[in-house]
Amino acid sequence: MNALLAFLLRVANLCRKELKVILKDPAGRIVLFAPVLVQSLMFGYAATLDLREAPYALLDADHGQAAVRLVARIESSGVFRRVATLRNEHDIAPLVDAGDVLFVVAIPPRFEQRLAAGEATPVQLILDARNSVTAGTAAGYLGQIVARFNADWRAEHGGGGMPLTLDVRSWYNPNLETRWFMMTSMIAVLSMLQTLMLTALSVAREREQGTFDQLLVTPCTPAEIMIGKSIPSILVGLTQASLVLLIATYWFGIPLAGSLIELYVALCIFMVACVGIGLAISAMAANMQQAMLYTFVLMMPLVLLSGMTTPIANMPVPMQWLTRINPTRYAIDMVHRVYLEGAGLGTVLGDILPLLAIAVVTLPLAAWLFRNRLV
Amino acid sequence: MSDTDALVARGIGKSFAAAKGSPEVLALDEVSIEVGTGAISALVGPDGAGKTTLLRLAAGLMVADAGTMIVLGIDPARDPQAVQDRISYMPQRFGLYDDLSVQENLDLYADLHGVSREARRTRYTRLMEMTDLGRFTARPAGKLSGGMKQKLGLACTLVRSPELLLLDEPTVGVDPLSRRELWDIVEQLVREENLSVLVSTSYMDEAARCARVTILHEGRVLAAGTPESIRGTAAGLCFAVTPPAGQAARHVQAALLDDCGIVDAVPRGGRVRVVCTKEATARDDSLPAPLAGKDAAAVEPSLEDGVMLALRAKVHRDFATAAAVGTSTARPPKGDGKVIEVTDLVRRFGDFTAVDRTSFSVDRGEIFGLLGPNGAGKTTTFRMLCGLLPASSGSLRVAGYDLRRARARARQEIGYVSQKFALYGNLSVDENLTFFGGAYGLHGARLRDRMASVKAQFDLDAAARTPAGQLPGGFRQRLAMAAALLHEPEILFLDEPTSGADPLARREFWRRITALAEGGTTAVVTTHFMEEAEYCDRVVIQDEGKVLALGTPADIRRQAGERPQAQLDMEQAFIAIVQQHRKAERGSGQAAA
Repeated sequence: MNALLAFLLRVANLCRKELKVILKDPAGRIVLFAPVLVQSLMFGYAATLDLREAPYALLDADHGQAAVRLVARIESSGVFRRVATLRNEHDIAPLVDAGDVLFVVAIPPRFEQRLAAGEATPVQLILDARNSVTAGTAAGYLGQIVARFNADWRAEHGGGGMPLTLDVRSWYNPNLETRWFMMTSMIAVLSMLQTLMLTALSVAREREQGTFDQLLVTPCTPAEIMIGKSIPSILVGLTQASLVLLIATYWFGIPLAGSLIELYVALCIFMVACVGIGLAISAMAANMQQAMLYTFVLMMPLVLLSGMTTPIANMPVPMQWLTRINPTRYAIDMVHRVYLEGAGLGTVLGDILPLLAIAVVTLPLAAWLFRNRLV
Repeated sequence: MSDTDALVARGIGKSFAAAKGSPEVLALDEVSIEVGTGAISALVGPDGAGKTTLLRLAAGLMVADAGTMIVLGIDPARDPQAVQDRISYMPQRFGLYDDLSVQENLDLYADLHGVSREARRTRYTRLMEMTDLGRFTARPAGKLSGGMKQKLGLACTLVRSPELLLLDEPTVGVDPLSRRELWDIVEQLVREENLSVLVSTSYMDEAARCARVTILHEGRVLAAGTPESIRGTAAGLCFAVTPPAGQAARHVQAALLDDCGIVDAVPRGGRVRVVCTKEATARDDSLPAPLAGKDAAAVEPSLEDGVMLALRAKVHRDFATAAAVGTSTARPPKGDGKVIEVTDLVRRFGDFTAVDRTSFSVDRGEIFGLLGPNGAGKTTTFRMLCGLLPASSGSLRVAGYDLRRARARARQEIGYVSQKFALYGNLSVDENLTFFGGAYGLHGARLRDRMASVKAQFDLDAAARTPAGQLPGGFRQRLAMAAALLHEPEILFLDEPTSGADPLARREFWRRITALAEGGTTAVVTTHFMEEAEYCDRVVIQDEGKVLALGTPADIRRQAGERPQAQLDMEQAFIAIVQQHRKAERGSGQAAA
């Protein structure tokens, strides 16, 4: 009992020291919280794949009623905004080349006539596909608009209904806003980056400043020192996650469907896995520069292979295997499900177990590296 | 002012703010010095005396607030580049690139100074010959020993032939052998190239080799002149006291140092060297009052005596307060006997054996010194004793615990002061002490008591809220010692505690250590100041991982070949023992071949 108390007191003492060292420096305090604030706002506003008032140009060679109705449908969505009305096919290329428009809709002559005759009626869509994602999204939207136009036309002109129609309901993100997806991902990603950096640098800094030796000659065991380094990093990581969470819920108004407690439990497990990686880096690095380098090298794949920027299912199979050892992959999935879907911890067990497995591997690895680098 | 001076400074003043917003401190005030052409001049003085500032002004790296400075006929403030083209400056921490090899470092500095290919070839050969670094050209600078690093730093500074060489404490942390080699290099250049040198140093034997010595203190010149003239000021004031049989020299020394009629007292060659105040020294042939009844004899003054006389006239430092440390940390002895037992200790790094079958033991309350040239294995031994490095084989018992099995328990009984300041720089004195107290299991009222008492002992109360990183050097070391003694350890480990410290700080430090030892705390110390070995009860001298000598300072001197008619000081004894060993090694190596 006494031994346990002594252990807890020593760990608490180490944690207190670590937090003081992290938070005492005014510049350090700003670095801890300002970037999170800026990044989450930036990602919320800027990192969006949704189209909003995308510029387009119209080349209407028909000027009939039907053409006007089609154009009205395109423009009423609020997604597209006409910036030019062309008279000549030759005007298309300069506009697209200059990047003034995302696409040009060309309605051929005899448009209404052919429609009325029930002939196949092509409408040409010229896309600037230099950015394949936005081009694809625009094509998708226009496809939907044209499909609905067709269905309505048939109904009005007695062609009968379309044989197949798709009725879409987007659950958990009814308006398909990228922001909902991004901001919730950021809760995991931003706190991961910070925790990783903090733990990776903390031991390296002490090693560089010589305080690590001073720490090692005290009766504190390497395990205690490791726990004393982990808990403050986890606390800082959770604080940052909370910051992003607040911005997501209150600033961007993304409704929190799940329970806060479950979200935090899930995040804690994730942080432990991150701390394991951070400490392993720390134990390997001889100085802060190396620790920083290792962390940066790791960050890219951790984010890229997490499913935040590109869907995991779209990756080549070997890459998909790699995502299985990436804690961020599970964390993002977990946060999405708890936050947007309202899933309980039982449901996200498939994410929690791999995270625990990663922690179980990295923490002892870090401990082993520590012991074998006490030179 | 003469035409033959390489550097002349008159009435130099310079002030700084230590940190943003803090009041300006006068670093130099009305300082005048001259450096003769083709000669070595020395700057001596305590930390913060302004030595580095003066050197940087001369190098044109800073501009003085007042006064005139002429370097090689040029005003460095007006045309720094013209001065820098003709001088070389070696700062205290010379910028070697650890990952580059010896050769690459040299090339880099040759490129920086625009040394031509032809000039390089002859210069390199000469530098390699002088520094004896030729065998290591491919080795990364980071893997060189401390002494070799300094030699490489000097070589890089000398890749071109300067007219004036400015050296800022070039021998800090360098062992006596390497120190001697460094000085030989500089003196050779002075002879052969008519080089002028201005060097700051805290070694008095180095200052004694110079043509001119300037003593700086708090930005002012206390005294200047030839070593002989400074030495002369202490004429008639110096005595050697032979301690009564059975009493160690350091006990007599400690008592004498506390006496106000005494300027300086240091153990030297088994006796105590004392400088008395003029007031205390009798006009007739009788002994000065503080030495009455003692077995004392007048001796010739040394440069150090003269410097101490000049310093103590300005600085009032009460060594008795330093001694208070012993009485309050006195602990009931846990029985007599050996607190450290080392048997057949071996440490290998790959195929290199850093420590080779070393055995010794340390008794309770002893001051035990680990001496040896750079790279001799003393740091490795030291780190193993503290439990920072596991031994490859052999047994290590510290404070009754086997370090292999009960490392954490043993650590509860030791205090460790590292060579480099190793406390948390952005935490205050109090926060550091609270943390380290907690790490050793002190809490609540007990922690508060201990903190109050170490702060009083080490005179830290005024600085309690200052971040440790902003403390001046002397304060930092006292804080490091305070933190290491919070938990009243049985053994205190000190790694080169006096490296770079001025003579006054070193006396104060040793006064504390001797007081601690009287209180029953064992101290294990590494040092490069051989005369400091005289404070130790016993010392071990290591070289190339092996124990060359083990015993009291008197034993060591005897082993080195001291005879009653040829007295040796510790430095001579040390060099003799290491050279004997190296010669024997080489001899047996040749015989085997």
